[in-house]
Amino acid sequence: MVQEVRKVIERIKFSMFSPEMVRRMSAAKITVPDTYDDDGYPIDGGLVDIRLGVVDPGLRCKTCGGRAKECPGHIGHIELVRPVVHVEYGKHIYAMLKAICPSCKKLNADKPLHALVEKVEEEAPKEIAVGEAKSAPEAVAKEVPKSKEEKRKEKRGQKKKCQHCGAELPEFKYLKPTTFYRDREELLPTEIRDILSNITDDDVRKLGFDPVYSRPEWMVLSALPVPPVNVRPSITLETGERSEDDLTHKLVDIIRINQKLEANINAGAPQLIIEDLWELLQYHVTTFFDNETANIPPARHRSGRPLKTLAQRLKGKEGRFRYNLSGKRVNFSARTVISPDPMLSIGEVGIPKEAAEELTVPLSVTDWNLEHCKKLILADAYPHAVYVIRQDLKRVKVSELTKKEVADNLKVGSIVERQLVDGDIALFNRQPSLHRVSMMAHEVRVLPGKTFRLNPTDTPPYNADFDGDEMNLHVPQSMEAQAEARILMKVEDQILSPRHGHAIIKPQEDYVSGLYFLTHPASYFTRKEASKILYIVDITELPKPDKGELYSGRLLFSQLLPPELNIKIQSKLGEEIVIRNGKLLKGTIESKAIENDLLEQLFIQYGPAYIRKFLDQVTRVALEVITAHGLSVSLKSYTLPPKSAEKVKEVEDRMNREIENLILQYRNKTLARAPGMSLKDTLENTIMSVTSKTREEIGKIVEEGLGAENPSIIMAKIGARGSLLNAIQMSASVAQQAIRGKRPSRGYRKRNLTFNFPGILSARERGFVFSSFRKGLSPDEFYLHSMGGRESLVNTAIRTARSGYMQRRLINAFQDLVVYPDKSVRDASGVIVQFLYGGDGKDAMLASKAEVSDAAKQDDVDTA
Amino acid sequence: MASKKFSSQVAAFEPVGVIAAQSIGEPGTQMTMRTFHYAGVAEHVPTGLPRLIEIVDAKKIPKKPIMDIYLKSDYRTEEKARDVAYDLESVAVKDVANVGDDLEKKKIIVRFKEKDAKELKVTFKMLRDAVEKASAFDTSVNDAEKILTIAPRGKKGLEITLHALRRLANSLRSALIKGVPGVKRAVVVREGGESFIRASGYNIEGVIANPAVNPKKVYTNNIKYIESVYGIEAARNAILHEIKQVLDMQKLYVDIRHIMLVSDALCAEGSVKSVGRHGLSGQKAGVLGRAAFEETIKHLVNASVRATDDALVGVTENIIVGQTVPMGTGKIRLMVSMPKKHKAKKE
Repeated sequence: MVQEVRKVIERIKFSMFSPEMVRRMSAAKITVPDTYDDDGYPIDGGLVDIRLGVVDPGLRCKTCGGRAKECPGHIGHIELVRPVVHVEYGKHIYAMLKAICPSCKKLNADKPLHALVEKVEEEAPKEIAVGEAKSAPEAVAKEVPKSKEEKRKEKRGQKKKCQHCGAELPEFKYLKPTTFYRDREELLPTEIRDILSNITDDDVRKLGFDPVYSRPEWMVLSALPVPPVNVRPSITLETGERSEDDLTHKLVDIIRINQKLEANINAGAPQLIIEDLWELLQYHVTTFFDNETANIPPARHRSGRPLKTLAQRLKGKEGRFRYNLSGKRVNFSARTVISPDPMLSIGEVGIPKEAAEELTVPLSVTDWNLEHCKKLILADAYPHAVYVIRQDLKRVKVSELTKKEVADNLKVGSIVERQLVDGDIALFNRQPSLHRVSMMAHEVRVLPGKTFRLNPTDTPPYNADFDGDEMNLHVPQSMEAQAEARILMKVEDQILSPRHGHAIIKPQEDYVSGLYFLTHPASYFTRKEASKILYIVDITELPKPDKGELYSGRLLFSQLLPPELNIKIQSKLGEEIVIRNGKLLKGTIESKAIENDLLEQLFIQYGPAYIRKFLDQVTRVALEVITAHGLSVSLKSYTLPPKSAEKVKEVEDRMNREIENLILQYRNKTLARAPGMSLKDTLENTIMSVTSKTREEIGKIVEEGLGAENPSIIMAKIGARGSLLNAIQMSASVAQQAIRGKRPSRGYRKRNLTFNFPGILSARERGFVFSSFRKGLSPDEFYLHSMGGRESLVNTAIRTARSGYMQRRLINAFQDLVVYPDKSVRDASGVIVQFLYGGDGKDAMLASKAEVSDAAKQDDVDTA
Repeated sequence: MASKKFSSQVAAFEPVGVIAAQSIGEPGTQMTMRTFHYAGVAEHVPTGLPRLIEIVDAKKIPKKPIMDIYLKSDYRTEEKARDVAYDLESVAVKDVANVGDDLEKKKIIVRFKEKDAKELKVTFKMLRDAVEKASAFDTSVNDAEKILTIAPRGKKGLEITLHALRRLANSLRSALIKGVPGVKRAVVVREGGESFIRASGYNIEGVIANPAVNPKKVYTNNIKYIESVYGIEAARNAILHEIKQVLDMQKLYVDIRHIMLVSDALCAEGSVKSVGRHGLSGQKAGVLGRAAFEETIKHLVNASVRATDDALVGVTENIIVGQTVPMGTGKIRLMVSMPKKHKAKKE
C-alpha cells in the first residue's frame, strides 16, 4: 500500500528577522547589481546567483542540487553599508523612541506597544506638504512640521520628565514614512538602532515584544534578505530578450546605491554626500517593501509604470492573499454555456462528451476491481482509463502503444484515472455564489453537444437563465469528497432554501401554466390523452374515469401524489385547494400553492428521493399538458375592446381634471398643506397618489376588458409569468414615470423639455405616459420614460456593488460561527455567541414546516 | 414523531454563521435603494440596502434618527396626544427668529419670524424669555417690530471681542425655547389602533421625563444610543427588530434564526460591533484571517512585532494553508484501532 504521510500544520508563528538570522539563513551574499553574463549564465554573487535556486531548466541549484522544479529556492542577503529603517515599522519605532528615557534607558510608558502605535496613528498630522515631486529622493520633505501642540509646548517651555531619573525627555517627531527627529534634529538610522538596542529585555516584553523573536533594534535593517529567484522569475520575450521581475529591478537599485555609498565612505567623502546617498538607499529599500508609501514618489519602471513591489504583491483583491491563497485554481473542473433540457431529472446535469472524456475520476485498484480496471485501460472507446498512478507514485499515461503493458503490470494499490461516466457525482456552480445552493451536486449524464444541460426547474437557486450563462463543474476526486457531495449536496436535498425554508427548486413559467390547465375544473381528457400523459411518467395503470368516459385533470394529477397525503392550501386565486388521501378534490394548482405548501410538505414528509421523482413527473406531465393545450399571446391579446379603451380614456380625463384642479388649488394657495411638507411637496405627493390610483383603475378596466381567458392575464394570476402591470402597460397606458420616487422635473428652467411651456405641472408634461407600448410612445413620452429606465439601470449597478461588499463583510465576520454538538454557537476561539442556536436549536431550513407537520402528527397521536 | 422533531434540529458543526450571512446578504441584490417617508417627521429615511448597511456598520447615529413614543393610557386620545407631541417638540431660537450680529455696534439683533413661529405655536414672549435666559445680558425689546437687541459687554467692562460676539450669537441661535433637546418634529400617528408620537431625533431620557409618556414603551432606531441607555441586551433586540423591519418592508422573507444570530454575534462582545475591518473582522483570532480580509500589511507587521502565533482556528487560515476547514464534516475525526499486525510493524 502507498503510505500517505499527512502533515498537519498546527500553528504559524510570526516574527522579525535579526540581522544575524538573515545572515545565517542566507545562501549567498549578493554583491553584484547584475543578473546574467554575456553568455546568459547567472553571475556569481549576482541577483540570480544559482545558490538562490534556479528557474531555467537544465541548471542545478548550488545549494540543494535540485532542478528548477525540485528546488524550493533559497534566501540570500545584501549587506547594507549603512542601516536603514524598515518602512512598515515607522510607527512602532516612533512609539518606542518616545517611551524610552535616553539617560537611564528606562521605560516611560504604561501601555503595550500596540496601544501606543494606535495613539501614533491618531495624532499623526493628516497632511504633510511635500514639494513638487522632483527626482525621487529629493522630494522627501525635510522640514520639521510644527504642529499646534508643539508650538504650545514651546511657549510653555515645558518638557516631560522621566518617571525614573527625572531627566528631561527629548521631544521626538516622526515625519512619515522614515524620518525621525529628536529635539528638531534629524536622527540617523544608526542612532535609532542604538537607542532601541539599549532597551532591556524586560521593557521589551512590557511593550508587547517577545525578545526572542522580535527585538526592537531589528526594525532597523542592516542585512537585507533577498528573496529567492523563483519568487521573482525573469521572463524571456519572443525576441529572446530577458525581462526581469520588478523586484529584481528594485534589488539592482539597492545594490548600486549600496556600492556607491560604500565607495564614498571609503574615499572619505564629505558627510553631506554620504548622508544624501544614505537617504537614497533608504528610499530604495522603502520602495522595495512598499511602493505605495504615502509621501514618497513611487519607483517607476523605464516605461513609467510604477513597480509592483512586496506590499503590492500581497495586498488587495488581486494580491497573493485574496487571489491565490483564499481562492485557488483547481483541476478536474469544466466550464461552458448552459442550456435547458426538461427531460433530465432535476438531480442530473448533462455534460458534453468532449468534457467527460477530459475529466477523470480516480479508482483505487483492489483485488475486487482489478479486472474491471484492466478492461478500462484496454478499452478503445470512450469510457477508458487516461492515467495510471503506480504504487511508486509515478504517473503513466495510457496510450494506444502502452496500454497493453500498463494493463499487464497493473497491481492492486495503484490508482486508475478513468473518464467521467453516467452516474458519477459532480458539483455544479454558477457565479456569483451568493448562496449555499449556488453550488449543488448533480449526477452526471454524458450527452452529445457542447453545452452543460440543466433541468429548468433547477434554475432558481443558481439564478441562471439560458441567454448565454456559463456554469462551472467540479469533479470530486476522493471517496470522502464524493460521499459528502452525495449525502449533503444533492439537488434534491436542497429543495428548501436555507434562508426561509420554502421551496426554492420549483416548477416555473410553463410548468405552472401546465399544471393550472391540468387541474382546471373544466379540463377533461379522453382515455387516449390520459394514457399519454400518464405514460410519460411511467404510470401504466389508468384510474377509473370519473366523468363518464372522460378523465378529469385532477384525477390525473392525483396519480402523482402519495396516497396518504392530506393538505389544505389557500390558493392565490382565492379558492381553497383540498388534497385528501392523495386525491386533489378541490381547487386549481398555481405557483404559490405548489412551492409554498405542496413541495414543502412532500419534502418534509416523504424526503428528498420522493421529491425528486415527484418534480420530475410533475414537470413532465405539465409540459405535456401545456404542449397539447397551447398557450401563446399575440398582438390581439393586448388589444382592448373599444368600450374598455373608452373607459380608460374616461379615467385618464378624470385624472387630468383632478390634477388640474390640484394645481389650481396650489396656485391659489388653497391646497391644504400636509404636515411637515412644503406646499409644493404636498402637491406633488397628492398628484403621485392620484396617478397611482388611476393606474389601479386602469388595471381593473384592462383585466375586465382583456377577459379572464386572456393568456396574459391567466399567466399573471397564476404566477407563471408577467404581471397585471405588464398587461396594463402594453394594452392601455404606460402611466406615470418616476425619478427618485417623484415626477420627473429636471432639464430646463421650470420644464422637462424645451418645447414645454415653463411652469406647467400637468400630467403629460411631468411624465405621465398616456400611450401604451402596443400603440407606441410619442417622442416626449419616450424621452421621459427613458429617464426612468436609466435611473433603474444605474440603481441596479450601484446596488450590486454595494450589496456585494456588504455580503463579503458579513461572511467574513460570521464565517467562523459553528453550532457545537450541545447546540451552542461558538466562534473560532470558542467564545459562545448563542447558548442555543436560534433559541430552539432548529435548522432554519426545516424548522417552520417541520413544526407544522409535527403538530399535525401530534394531533393524530392524541386522538388515537 | 420523535424522529421528525430530531431531524428538524441543526446538525452539529453546521456553519450557521455563513448561512446566516448568506441569507441576509443574498437578498441584498433584490432590495431597493428607495428612501422612506414618515409623514411630517422625516423625509428620506433610508430603507432597504442602505439601511441594512447602516445597521451592520453599527453607525453611531443613523442617517435619520426616529423615535416612537407611546403614551400612558390617559393620554391616548388623538387630542391629548397632540398636546404631548407639542410639549416634546423642541424649538430653537433660530427656528422662529433671525439672529443677526451688528459687528460695528457690537450688538446682536434677534428678529422674530411671526409666520414660522405661529406654526410652531411660539409666542414672542417665549422667544424673549429664552433669549434672556441664554444670553445673561441686558436685552432691549422692541415690542412693535418684535425685535430683541442685545448689547453684550466683555470681561471687566471691556468691549467684547468680535470673536466672542459671534460665539454668543451662535449659542443664541441654538438656544432652546421649548421641548426636549434632540427631539425635532413630533407627529401623532395612528397605527394598529393605537395613537403614538413619532418624532425625528432621539432622546429617551428627555422624553420619559414627560409624565404623559409611557416610560416602558419608547423606541428609537438609533441602536448605539439604545445600547448606551438600556444596555447590550436591548441593543441586541433593537438590531433584530431593525433588520427584520428592513427585510419585511421589502417582502423578503428571512428566517428569524439568521437575523438572531447576526444580532447576537454583533453584541457578543458586550458592546455593539460592526461587521467591517473596524469591528468583528478586525478582531478575529487568526492573523492570516485578518490579513486576508483587509489591511493585509498592517496585520502581518503587527503580528511580527508581537511574535504572534496563528493557531489556524478559523476558516480562512485553514484554506490558506490548504487544510480542511474546522466545521461541518471537517470537524469530525475518525479514530480507528489499528490491527495488531500494524502496531507491531511500527515498533
